[in-house]
Amino acid sequence: MARIDVNHIRHSYLAEPRKDSDFALKEVHHTFEDGGAYALLGPSGCGKTTLLNIISGLLKPSHGQLLFNGRDVTGLSTQERNIAQVFQFPVIYDTMTVYDNLAFPLRNRGVPEAEVERKVRETLDMIDLSDWAKRKARRLTADQKQKISLGRGLVRSDVNAILFDEPLTVIDPHMKWMLRSQLKQLHRRYGYTMVYVTHDQTEALTFAEHVVVMYDGEIVQIGSPAELFERPRHTFVGYFIGSPGMNVVPVSIEGKTARLGSQSIELPGAPKAAGDNIQLGIRPEYVHVGSQGMPVTVTKVEDVGRHKIVRATLEGRDIAAVMSEDDQVPAEPKVRFEPAGINIYADSWRIEMGG
Amino acid sequence: MERTWNNKAWFLVLPVLVLVAFSAVIPLMTVVNYSVQDTFGNNQFFWAGTEWFEELLASDRFWQAMGRNMAFSFIILAIEVPLGIFIALNMPKKGWGVPVCLVLMALPLLIPWNVVGTIWQVFGRNDIGLLGYTVNALGFDYNYVQDPFDAWVTVIVMDVWHWTSLVVLLCYAGLVSIPDAFYQAAKIDGASRWSVFRYIQLPKMQRVLLIAVLLRFMDSFMIYTEPFVVTGGGPGNSTTFLSIDLVKMALGQFDLGPAAAMSLVYFLIILLLSWVFYTVMTNYDAER
Repeated sequence: MARIDVNHIRHSYLAEPRKDSDFALKEVHHTFEDGGAYALLGPSGCGKTTLLNIISGLLKPSHGQLLFNGRDVTGLSTQERNIAQVFQFPVIYDTMTVYDNLAFPLRNRGVPEAEVERKVRETLDMIDLSDWAKRKARRLTADQKQKISLGRGLVRSDVNAILFDEPLTVIDPHMKWMLRSQLKQLHRRYGYTMVYVTHDQTEALTFAEHVVVMYDGEIVQIGSPAELFERPRHTFVGYFIGSPGMNVVPVSIEGKTARLGSQSIELPGAPKAAGDNIQLGIRPEYVHVGSQGMPVTVTKVEDVGRHKIVRATLEGRDIAAVMSEDDQVPAEPKVRFEPAGINIYADSWRIEMGG
Repeated sequence: MERTWNNKAWFLVLPVLVLVAFSAVIPLMTVVNYSVQDTFGNNQFFWAGTEWFEELLASDRFWQAMGRNMAFSFIILAIEVPLGIFIALNMPKKGWGVPVCLVLMALPLLIPWNVVGTIWQVFGRNDIGLLGYTVNALGFDYNYVQDPFDAWVTVIVMDVWHWTSLVVLLCYAGLVSIPDAFYQAAKIDGASRWSVFRYIQLPKMQRVLLIAVLLRFMDSFMIYTEPFVVTGGGPGNSTTFLSIDLVKMALGQFDLGPAAAMSLVYFLIILLLSWVFYTVMTNYDAER
């Protein structure tokens, strides 16, 4: 296992990148700690797979360095880096048995057959496929195949990291959940460094201790699931995480008050907000619908099971609020923003509010 | 439950039946008719029974032609399949090279059989042909008109030139359907170039290869036009394949009876081989 340092890495798929927008990865500088479980979360095309392929060595970055435990591996091939990667679609060797599939990476490295046998048995146990060892791999179901792809990484005990590139895309929903918890167990028990790329926030938040949110070729925030939820550093994180996403409305700031049209909103502190592109972000969970506060027009109430989502317009802006299942929208609905849930953004980046 | 018996539906199939009767059944029965009779012209026919069949199966001429057919099919498969795979593996997977290669590969397939024959007939001549003249100038004694070995080499090289593209295109189709992730995973697993071929590329090409072998086998077994144009079946009988022999007998010698018998045997052989291939293919599918 290894600590992975991504040292000011930039990458462009063009031969001669000129503008910033030519870069698929603008500049990433981050350390993946040894034994950590990380998720790279972001929409399609944000550069997360590019970053993953740079770590695994399938891509060579245009600029920057990659260090494993302090050793520069930027120029090394995938094989020399000794990492494991699980892809979006299960990759199995059709003509081989399950056993031979798992033995393949070891045999390629000239490991003695007795050792291969021991490691493969152990891995089969880990991924729960011992009974299938003798079967042809192509007869398995998609999730079993994906476990084999994973197993081929686990079988090499010395891998520096295990990388996952949206590994659950083709798996049935109920199997997704099982595989995810098995992955977590493996991580807890064996302490692998894991990097998991996904565009599914649930997957990222349940799998990882640290979620790295990427947007447009940059890391916009790294944090625990709770931090991402409570204090999104960038309005994108606010939109992208949570369902529905954070409400973002343009405001002007006067001391400890934010003005939205004719309404004024109490803030927990006085933000040092300069410039005219100031926004207030608040998650629907902190917007309370009742008979007190700012008057709104309710446009729609969605019942999503455990709670209701109220869509409304406040001063001409669409906002969403979450309401418990039993509560009713009053005849003259009003909303109140809970101060603890308010974040202020200047040019989309969060600014601190002094006491 | 009360069932309504209604046979009117048969009338709807009638047009097809009539068409098939005229296009296949009646001509075939005419051949069957010829094969059991003898004729001396003037539309006079005499019953011959199984005489022609017995004569055919006992004749060296038939078995030699048959042997040549088998040898020819075997040789061209042994060359075209590995060569086709090799070329397909080395074709570019993306960029401007793809359309260029595909067009180059498709070209020989677009040329009519008799034109291919004519091209090689001229190409191989040692007085005016580029190939024949050059090879002789280099000191090799090459003359497909007189030397049976040279005639065979010419016919085989011509078939390889004409049909390897088909194997290439089928294999290429199989290869491009392999997702990149397979190659990336193989890199990560530390697989050698040979392992990548053996465990990723070959299994993915298996199905198309089977079709390629089937098509090339049946086609080469029925070969007629090209060797007929180039060598006319000679020198001697050295490149006389079943089909050439058949035409010689039917049109050259006008031996309708023996020729009809031979057609039927030839037809049965091809039917049998097609059935064998079909069975192998469907079994293979079921096993998957």
